Amino acid sequence: MNLFHFFLQNRGEILELTLEHLWLVGISTLLAVLVGVPLGILSAHRQVWNKPVLGTANVIQTIPSLALFGFLLPVPWLGDRADRLAILALTLYALLPVIRNTFTGIRGVDPAVVEAGRGMGLTGRQLLLQVELPLAMSVILSGIRVAVVVSVGLATIAAAIGAGGLGEFIFRGLAMVNNQLILAGAIPAAVLALSADFGLGWLERRLRPR
Amino acid sequence: MESSFANGPVIEFRDVAYALPSGQQLLSGLNLQVQRGETLVLLGRSGSGKTTTLKLVNRLLTPSSGEVRVNGAPTAESDVIRLRRSVGYVIQDVGLFPHFTVEKNIGLVPRIEGWTAERIHRRVEVLLQMVGLEAQMALRYPHQLSGGQRQRVGVARALAADPSILLMDEPFGALDALTRDQLQREFLSLQQRLNKTVVFVTHDLREALRLGSRIALMEAGRLVMVLSPEDFLRSSDPLATAYVRAFADGLDSVANRGLP
Ligand SMILES: Nc1ncnc2c1ncn2[C@@H]1O[C@H](COP(=O)(O)OP(=O)(O)OP(=O)(O)O)[C@@H](O)[C@H]1O
Ligand SMILES: [Mg+2]
Repeated sequence: MNLFHFFLQNRGEILELTLEHLWLVGISTLLAVLVGVPLGILSAHRQVWNKPVLGTANVIQTIPSLALFGFLLPVPWLGDRADRLAILALTLYALLPVIRNTFTGIRGVDPAVVEAGRGMGLTGRQLLLQVELPLAMSVILSGIRVAVVVSVGLATIAAAIGAGGLGEFIFRGLAMVNNQLILAGAIPAAVLALSADFGLGWLERRLRPR
Repeated sequence: MESSFANGPVIEFRDVAYALPSGQQLLSGLNLQVQRGETLVLLGRSGSGKTTTLKLVNRLLTPSSGEVRVNGAPTAESDVIRLRRSVGYVIQDVGLFPHFTVEKNIGLVPRIEGWTAERIHRRVEVLLQMVGLEAQMALRYPHQLSGGQRQRVGVARALAADPSILLMDEPFGALDALTRDQLQREFLSLQQRLNKTVVFVTHDLREALRLGSRIALMEAGRLVMVLSPEDFLRSSDPLATAYVRAFADGLDSVANRGLP
């Protein structure tokens, strides 16, 4: 049986696991943006927050993913369900690129422009929403893009703790020494990563300030 | 002692000093009054503290001692956002918002002040004409303008909400002599009509003499003296004469090159 037929026959399960995969990546990226963008803004605006925030995010990044799943497993409520655990771990990994790029983007706004805005009497909030964030947006988006692409790959490991996603195929294929099964997980994952990279890259270019 | 609001100085520095958090003193012993409708020029060499002085007026900086009063009220006690919106500010580096069109740049303060779109549009038209830019410039982005056009937009933006006070930090710097001359001329005719209280920073004596009702000479974080343009030319103060001599030397050396 060739690969094409295999895909056709198992399209139901492939689709289901792809959607599961998307769900893991989507929710964790969303959480990372909700937490990481404010933290990035905070560290760009307040010097004292800069080191602790970026330092912590950096340290998290260096923990091997399987070890991180292991650490989180005994935590009550979290450890109860594998998908919660996987989403938290993926969120933690996605934080660094989001925080770092938000920080870099905001810091990269021309100081003369910020000063003009302050001098004209914009409030801190108006300055952030109308000047700093729009001008930093393409840099922030490129951080989100990195986070998504990395998460798509990392999320395959979530299957190791039973959180589902395309990793299921890969682990099953490894156990059964079945290349078609491995590819049934790897190919959709690669397509997801490439389309996210392309789509977000396009958006990023559109938002880049002239 | 306390002069009434209407006749008193519009801007007043009382014994103002400014030091960086590190303790380094940038300005000290500054006493200065700016009267309604005058153009006070801050003249001084690079690093003498002109920009620092301007920023103390709209509280981008706060004095480390002494106080600054605007319209009789100490800036330290006034609502900083209201203060800044009532004081037009043309910054040294222009600082146009690169992601906004000219129209949006100029109309930003009116917009956050809640003007109607219609009123903002009309105001932008008036202002563009006032600073000598064609109406179709309104839709351009800053990167599509020349340096001189950008500086004009910077001036228009500062005038947008019709502030009675205008702070201008080398607004015509980095321009060729002819464009500069033209903008100075336009400034004078504009000032005749609008009658704003202006603090104008420059390091160019010629510009100071031409535009200022009074010239405040600064050096190394101190105000040396305040003189009318006529008195400045007659002054025997060594710093003032040095400025005049450097200016005259420039003219002389050109004249001398014509001699055999
Ligand atoms: N944030 C700062 N940190 C350190 N030094 C500063 C800071 N701001 C200003 N200075 C110093 O204070 C002095 C006065 O600066 P200021 O910008 O007021 O000068 P200026 O008269 O406007 O000069 P220029 O004509 O070059 O614009 C300069 O020596 C400058 O290097
Ligand atoms: Mg300056």
